[in-house]
Amino acid sequence: MSNVSSSSAFKPDIVALEGVTKRFPGIVANDSVDLSIRPGEVHVLLGENGAGKSTLIGMLSGLQQPDEGRILVDGKPTPITSPRHALALGIGTVFQHMMLVPTLTVAENLLLGGPWWQRPRIEELAARVAEITSTLGITVKLHAKVSELSLGEQQQVEILRAMVRNSRLLILDESTSMLTPKGIEELGALMRRLVGQGLAIVFITHKLKEAAAFGDRISVLKLGRKVGEIPPERLRALDEQEIISEIVELMFGKQKDDPEAVERPTRTVRTEAVPLLQVAGLAVASTENAPGLTSISFDIRPGEILGIAGIDGNGQKQLAEALAGQRMATGGSVRLEGVAIETLSVGERRRHGLRYLTDDRLGEGTVGTFPVSINFFLKQIGAAPFWRHGVEQRSEIDRRAAELVREYDVRTPSLKTPVARLSGGNIQKVLLARELAEGAKVVIFNKPTYGLDLANTLASRQRIRDTAARGLAVLLISTDLEELLSMCDRIAVIANGALVGTVANADDARTKVGRLMIGLAA
Amino acid sequence: MSIDTAPSASATALDATSGAATRRDILRRLLMTLGPILVALVIAGCILLAVGVDPLAYYGYVLEKGLFSPLGIQQTLTRMAPLLFLAAGLIVAFRAGMWNLGGDGQFLLGAVTAAASAPVLVEIMPAWLALFCSFLIAMVVAVVWSLVPALLRAYQGVNEIITTLMMTFLGTSLANVLVKLAFRDPGTTVPQTRTLPVEDRLPRLFETTITSGLLLGLAAIIIVHLVMTRTAFGLKLRIVGANPRAAVHSGLGVPGLTVAVFAISAGLAGLAGAVDIIGVQGNVRADWNPAYGLAVIPAVFLARMNGFAAIGFVFLLSVLSIGGESAARRLDVPNHFTLVLVSIVLIVLALAEYFDHRFNQSRKA
Repeated sequence: MSNVSSSSAFKPDIVALEGVTKRFPGIVANDSVDLSIRPGEVHVLLGENGAGKSTLIGMLSGLQQPDEGRILVDGKPTPITSPRHALALGIGTVFQHMMLVPTLTVAENLLLGGPWWQRPRIEELAARVAEITSTLGITVKLHAKVSELSLGEQQQVEILRAMVRNSRLLILDESTSMLTPKGIEELGALMRRLVGQGLAIVFITHKLKEAAAFGDRISVLKLGRKVGEIPPERLRALDEQEIISEIVELMFGKQKDDPEAVERPTRTVRTEAVPLLQVAGLAVASTENAPGLTSISFDIRPGEILGIAGIDGNGQKQLAEALAGQRMATGGSVRLEGVAIETLSVGERRRHGLRYLTDDRLGEGTVGTFPVSINFFLKQIGAAPFWRHGVEQRSEIDRRAAELVREYDVRTPSLKTPVARLSGGNIQKVLLARELAEGAKVVIFNKPTYGLDLANTLASRQRIRDTAARGLAVLLISTDLEELLSMCDRIAVIANGALVGTVANADDARTKVGRLMIGLAA
Repeated sequence: MSIDTAPSASATALDATSGAATRRDILRRLLMTLGPILVALVIAGCILLAVGVDPLAYYGYVLEKGLFSPLGIQQTLTRMAPLLFLAAGLIVAFRAGMWNLGGDGQFLLGAVTAAASAPVLVEIMPAWLALFCSFLIAMVVAVVWSLVPALLRAYQGVNEIITTLMMTFLGTSLANVLVKLAFRDPGTTVPQTRTLPVEDRLPRLFETTITSGLLLGLAAIIIVHLVMTRTAFGLKLRIVGANPRAAVHSGLGVPGLTVAVFAISAGLAGLAGAVDIIGVQGNVRADWNPAYGLAVIPAVFLARMNGFAAIGFVFLLSVLSIGGESAARRLDVPNHFTLVLVSIVLIVLALAEYFDHRFNQSRKA
């Protein structure tokens, strides 16, 4: 950070985002994000999974178009229409997963994308590569096959490819995730030399230490919104520990004027009551792309809300699915009102009163092409009075669906509208109605307000509070610490598929949970 | 922030206006289906012109033989019987998102076992019971044949397109082997099964040559349509087809349903074979393979897996194949030109669909 010339602050932005918003069916991925990317700076984009980093990169590299706001290139509003256009504007992207053809040589990979009617100009390329590599102090074996290179070397080739195409802005998406510690160090040094030559770098990561070590400017994203930026002057004034704690404050801390902040109404949970849900030693084997769970144990009493906090991807989904019966548990017991349910199927657990409100509303929560009315009853197919002797009773279904639409305030043009046409908030209301309407005893909410707008977020939270007030046991899984602090009685923290601690939601809970989340003892 | 802009009017109030919208929708569908068929007829006509055949004469012969002559229309309706069973089987599978392309193997095995069992059974029991048993045997054999792809798909996630196609090659060969070795009629020199006497076959309708298998086929496809659209079981299958992850989330036993889908689909294909033998052919000759299974697939797609629409398209297919055979003979066009015609219809339809989609997208944007 020290070798950045102080004049960099006065250089004009290469690329700037102004109020960029991007929506996908059901969620808001980016919510009026402003960003300024300047030459000679490593701009770190920091955020958890689902914070909207990838969408932002998608828009900068021309894969996606913003719904609102604009992108300025050299101060002029420029829609980036395609990846080819992005390259022409000097924006090169190195994606998280390697995008090289492993069976071709480095030189052949670098020449891909040239005009098809010309012979590849290897000599020209070799000269150009030599020029670039000598100033950067790296060596690249042009005639080696990509499959023979280490991951770090492959990454250098990708960076080199962006340089050969005269990029002025280099985007590195989670580039350190597959590197060894030494490889990460080398990448850091390489980035310094690149910005030293006047390039701008956008470095995406969710690791706090890397952000502090490599960044000249740090922007923190949280649930699609940019919640803060640390400018170079301030970064230079702080040491690593101070930077990290400042970032943690931005990511998990209370924000001023937060409209979501509501005082948690004090409720009394009868501590002597028999727990409705008892989980002991629950374990799930890890799979290729998902962490496992190890010895998860907790109890939830009637009327109690237990929160599960943690960085996304630490086993939250696995926990919810194992409890709901969608994922095979390899050990442990789950008791609902004292009845062991760990060997039962999804449907049988539901009949015992267990409800699982999934976070993947369109992926598994609903059948998007089916009408709203049918989606209310997906988990009750064949049950009276909606089906008699297996035959659909359309009038019964429509009558009850109309009731639920009114009761849960679902805004839909008609009962026949395919559910995927509704907004995220209204799809969530359909799910809430389905899970809470009748017979629920224990409800698992997985990220219930993820991607919702403020009004729907507040409405969903009220539903959850009401659920607990009715005497149900609630497990609330969320990556939004604010949400957990405003609703839960106790908060357990999950990391790497294990509960690392449980904190009663008292005054010092924020700090304790925050410390547990970044791996420190509470 | 996304703010919900949908009007908060109550859902029931707006339901009334959707009647007009559905009518307009049906009209558009009709236009989107018939328009491309007309275009396809013109393109096929150009091909006929190119090979020196008068397209009007060709289409004239097709209509005359397939639709307007008394004998021709009876043949057309008779041909529909096995096609309707096959279409019913495909509707179940396709709606559940499973591509059972093994219809021909299942059809032939059903046909061969029906041909082998019926002549024996009629000698020992009343004719109606014998025919019923033959249908049952044909169905069971076809279901058993579908178990391999069904179990592989249900429990191992093996792509059923590949397995059913492979099983169809094996099934066709096995059917041939059975005709030539096991069920060969000792009384003839050509390899074929014993022939079911005409009086023991399915009765003909009224004073015509139309088989009563047509009624069975119509019943099968209508029942399938109603089951798929009106019952809990059909809804479960459609959920598996539309969003398998939602099926798991809702607690449906997806592997069991998968096996059931294959069993029903193959069983109907087996019945198609039986109805063709017991109703019309009376025996199976070696190397007989009408390949109805593959011919029906486009008709089911054109009908968008709707049972009633499928009846219409199966009728069209029958007219084309009966009339096409005759027109081909008279005008010296290859017999397979019918297939060329059907495939042109399919390609034009797919293009129409694509441009319609693009048009809708650009209008929204």
